[in-house]
Amino acid sequence: MNDEVADVRAAVPAARRPDRQRRVAGFGVGIAVSEWGDEAAPPLLVAHGGFDFVGTLDVFAPMLADGGWRVISWDQRGHGDSDHAELYHWDADMRDALAVLDSISTEPIPVVGHSKGGNMTLQLADAQPHRFQRLVNLDGIPTRGNAPDVADRDRTKLLSGELAAWLDHRRRLAGHQRRADTLDGLARRRASMNPRLSIEWLRYLVTVGGRLDPDGWRWRTDPALRLGGFGPRRPEWTLNCLSGLGIPFLGVLSTIHEEMGWGATAVDVKPHLPAGAEIVELADVGHFVHIEQPRQVADLVLEFLA
Amino acid sequence: MTDPRRLHHNRVELAVHTLRDGDGRPLLLLHGLGERSPETPPETTAAWPGPVLALDFTGHGASTVPSGGGYSAELLMADVDVVLAEIGPATLLARGLGAYIAVLTAGARPELVRGAVLDDGPGLLGGATGPTSARVPVAHPAQVAPPDPYALLELSSDVRPPDYAVTYARHAAERSGLDRPFAVVGSARPPWLAAVIDSLLLTPTTIDAALAAYAC
Repeated sequence: MNDEVADVRAAVPAARRPDRQRRVAGFGVGIAVSEWGDEAAPPLLVAHGGFDFVGTLDVFAPMLADGGWRVISWDQRGHGDSDHAELYHWDADMRDALAVLDSISTEPIPVVGHSKGGNMTLQLADAQPHRFQRLVNLDGIPTRGNAPDVADRDRTKLLSGELAAWLDHRRRLAGHQRRADTLDGLARRRASMNPRLSIEWLRYLVTVGGRLDPDGWRWRTDPALRLGGFGPRRPEWTLNCLSGLGIPFLGVLSTIHEEMGWGATAVDVKPHLPAGAEIVELADVGHFVHIEQPRQVADLVLEFLA
Repeated sequence: MTDPRRLHHNRVELAVHTLRDGDGRPLLLLHGLGERSPETPPETTAAWPGPVLALDFTGHGASTVPSGGGYSAELLMADVDVVLAEIGPATLLARGLGAYIAVLTAGARPELVRGAVLDDGPGLLGGATGPTSARVPVAHPAQVAPPDPYALLELSSDVRPPDYAVTYARHAAERSGLDRPFAVVGSARPPWLAAVIDSLLLTPTTIDAALAAYAC
């Protein structure tokens, strides 16, 4: 660790790197798994969101570990230290998650998921209910409410632009790598995705989610991955999985809408909640609820799991 | 069959076979799910005035078989787009899954797809038309590739809402400048294709007639 990295990390004293790291062979893609807490403690699986990585849990996960849990998380394919795959798709992410679960226990365990990780673990709980004991969803419930309110004709134009941009992106990918920058430059660029998070935190993330090449820092996230997207799947189909859950469920929702978020409100979600489910809206908190308010969210999770 | 042309789509090397040389607009063949490009030009292409090419989709034939799956129809659409970037505007002659991919590609790149002939074949039907119970598809490790077992698993059960296919088909109809951007020559009518036919008021035709019309 060089002096710059040491200084940046020292600026976030609550952050703690994982106690253990290992790799799971998965089903064809190498997955990096990290753990915090006593190895003999009961396991708790945490799934990060899209374009995040395990290092984004460096404050939140230790709080859960200090609450008596063996916290396990993994870098999703193409993120953090996991392999960059040739292909990315929802089914493949679910399969990778199953490989991580297989490496922990065949017994049901509690699971926490943020954003895309929350959406994915909701579906995984529908597909593999025998693996789940309890489920916490951190601002990861997609609803119809966040679809742009535009007329069909305008939506067609939007789709047309998205399609061409995505295909242009695919054409340029061969041999492409992310743009190198200074540590500060990379942190400032990430601020467009995380506008409510402090620059000290974003600088910290560069040191745990980036790599220092001879020409500067780069995010380790696969450049093939791209924000946004399209496809036949409607995000709100996940709500079918939510209403059918047969395990205790806690949903934590943000109240400040951000580009990276789903924009779901308690009013949107409540009609789809299974019996006994809890939903908590956090006032004046954005999409990254566990990063903005790690203590508050960790306490909610620990109380729910107790 | 001579050695195929190799094109890069991210980390995948795509094989594009030249089945017949020629001048003019190429005819690009798209195979069905689990198939590979034919070794010789199909008889039905004899009257096509230009070159006849054939793409092996990712995970099929002589193209790269990726590790760990993650297939989508959109990914295969991007396979075709990488080829179109190299060869320019082309007419598509597509079977099965390739027919669905042809509709997506024609909607996404209406200026580059100069007509698509849609025929029956493996993978034409796809999966459900709406939400399904979640599942985690895992291939048996002993299965040999190509074709990639994950391609077979993931692309035989992909969700195909009819209105999704219709959105692409309308794009093609509105922006290609072609009176008939698609020619349906098969007999199967999965919901997505039936919706495209209804939306664009397509009437069934033959491969010979369709290629003759697109060759003009």
